[in-house]
Amino acid sequence: MQVSSNRSHKPRYWQIQRVEGYLLISPWLIGLVLFTLGPIMVSFALSFTNWDIVRPADFIGLQNYIRIFTQDRLFKQALYNTFYFAAGSVPLSLALALGLALLLNQGIRGTNIARTVFYMPSVVSLVAMGLLWRFMLQPQIGVVNYLLGLIGIQGPTWLGSPIWSKPALILVSLMYVGPQTVIFLAGLKGIPLHLYEASELDGAGTLAKFRHVTLPMLSPTIFFNMVTSVIHAFQVFALVYVMFSGPSTPAHGPLNSTLVYALYVYEQAFQQLHMGYASALAWIMFLIIMVMTLLQLRFSRWVYYERG
Amino acid sequence: MDTNGDFSLSREPHTHSKGGRTVIGTWLGRKSIRRAIRKGLTILLLLFAGFFFLLPFYWLFLTAVKPADQIFTIPLVFWPREFVWRNFPDVWVKAPFARYTANTSIIAAFNIVGHTLVSALVGYGFAVGRFRGRDFLFVVLLATMMIPPQITIIPLFVMYRYVHWLDTFLPLIVPPFFGVGSAFYIFLMRQFFLTIPLELEEAARMDGASTLRIFWSIYLPLSVPALTAVGLFSFIYAWNDFFGPLVFLTRRENWTLTLGLAALANPQYIDYKEVMAAGLLVSLPCIVVFFVAQRFFTEGVTLTGIKG
Repeated sequence: MQVSSNRSHKPRYWQIQRVEGYLLISPWLIGLVLFTLGPIMVSFALSFTNWDIVRPADFIGLQNYIRIFTQDRLFKQALYNTFYFAAGSVPLSLALALGLALLLNQGIRGTNIARTVFYMPSVVSLVAMGLLWRFMLQPQIGVVNYLLGLIGIQGPTWLGSPIWSKPALILVSLMYVGPQTVIFLAGLKGIPLHLYEASELDGAGTLAKFRHVTLPMLSPTIFFNMVTSVIHAFQVFALVYVMFSGPSTPAHGPLNSTLVYALYVYEQAFQQLHMGYASALAWIMFLIIMVMTLLQLRFSRWVYYERG
Repeated sequence: MDTNGDFSLSREPHTHSKGGRTVIGTWLGRKSIRRAIRKGLTILLLLFAGFFFLLPFYWLFLTAVKPADQIFTIPLVFWPREFVWRNFPDVWVKAPFARYTANTSIIAAFNIVGHTLVSALVGYGFAVGRFRGRDFLFVVLLATMMIPPQITIIPLFVMYRYVHWLDTFLPLIVPPFFGVGSAFYIFLMRQFFLTIPLELEEAARMDGASTLRIFWSIYLPLSVPALTAVGLFSFIYAWNDFFGPLVFLTRRENWTLTLGLAALANPQYIDYKEVMAAGLLVSLPCIVVFFVAQRFFTEGVTLTGIKG
């Protein structure tokens, strides 16, 4: 993110560029106010009302928030489910992406094909993939349990079990490591070879090289992938929606075990039409994501930056 | 025992060479054996991982073309008795998939145009503009990536309802022209523009070219790869988007492919051969586009990831 610097001389067009700069970014600025910052403010205001579209809104103070934290069992469940999902999916997908990137970085011919294969699920509709996995995870006729049976493991009922529904979701989310893998691969290619040569001269083995060269040099990439995947994990929606929605209860899963936070907000807003209440829920989600991101930035001392 | 075997094997190619170099020869031989093992292991692991990434796609295809009676038979059928292609036209006419395809294409086309146009302009502004607050606004741009759509969607829904945009394509095709959802694309374009030497611009300034002219005739022609990447990402995203259409579109004739696909799974009994046939049809454009243009995907992701 370097800024074009050392411009001590100020050419004549400098003055013009000030206005022009704003003009160039003005579409985004207008959009930022109209479609992002404005709505966030409105959402904040709505969260203190009982608005339900049908009747006019009443200001009810903190009542939504009080109800959320004291009476709403589904809120606690949704929060738990989302943290569970993030705690499983973020580290596992980071590890898998890093592992795949290391394999792809061995310089073996034909690994481009493998990279394509790993990326492919990420360009295909989540709805199609979710429905497919719903079929593949069927306890009796699903191919996953069939393969597990071949190695002598009796597979669980996955989507039908309150214990296994979330692990199933985490498993499916691992299909989306393609972009992360590509980013890791670019990071690996950016590590200067002489560092490896130097540590080899010091007698470092494969593991030592990984621990003392690869990991520190890759830590900014790991950090970037971690921050973005936490944000994504907290917003998981479409996958859950299509994997668990049924005719009566939409996508809560067995014993509400897959009611993730984004789904709960959606239901409160667009099925129950509790717009005020849903806005309060959305604001809590926003704050959680913000705090999670800031915490990661705060505790990022393990990240090694080459310059400064 | 193990070391012995290793020793003799590694020595063999070198015994015929000069006797005085056995130590080095052994060392080299060991290294080449280790390299071979390493290579073999890498290929094995890549194949293993590739199997799990390809299996879903194979299963999607297989289920779509299996004869109906072979879908639920145990043991599972991994190669169909005969290929049933009829499922594709059947599901195509069962629901108005032609209409869904037209709708999705229109929305995707507007998204591609809006996102590429605006991300190029705004990215250019952030890359070369010298205006007060630029760096702050750029951080704001990056920060918008962590805003969950759940928080803005309720006020946006209210706003669109007020201007009678609900159940039209407008909520899905107008925001891209204001940089909404294009933070990643703007970031990508800016990173790319920063790689273009400023001397080019300064030379053009000397010749009296205007900012827009420089943008149009220097920056844009040079950034075709980046623009292509943005267009492709935008296409994939719009084609597969589920949350937006779910909230904003109601009447069936306005639905997109993902909505139509998800609706196939709503009844108590899911006809998996139809769902899979439809899923394959919906996914096919993305798979084809990805295969043809995968270079742009990986380069686009790399461009943004590396400096994050």
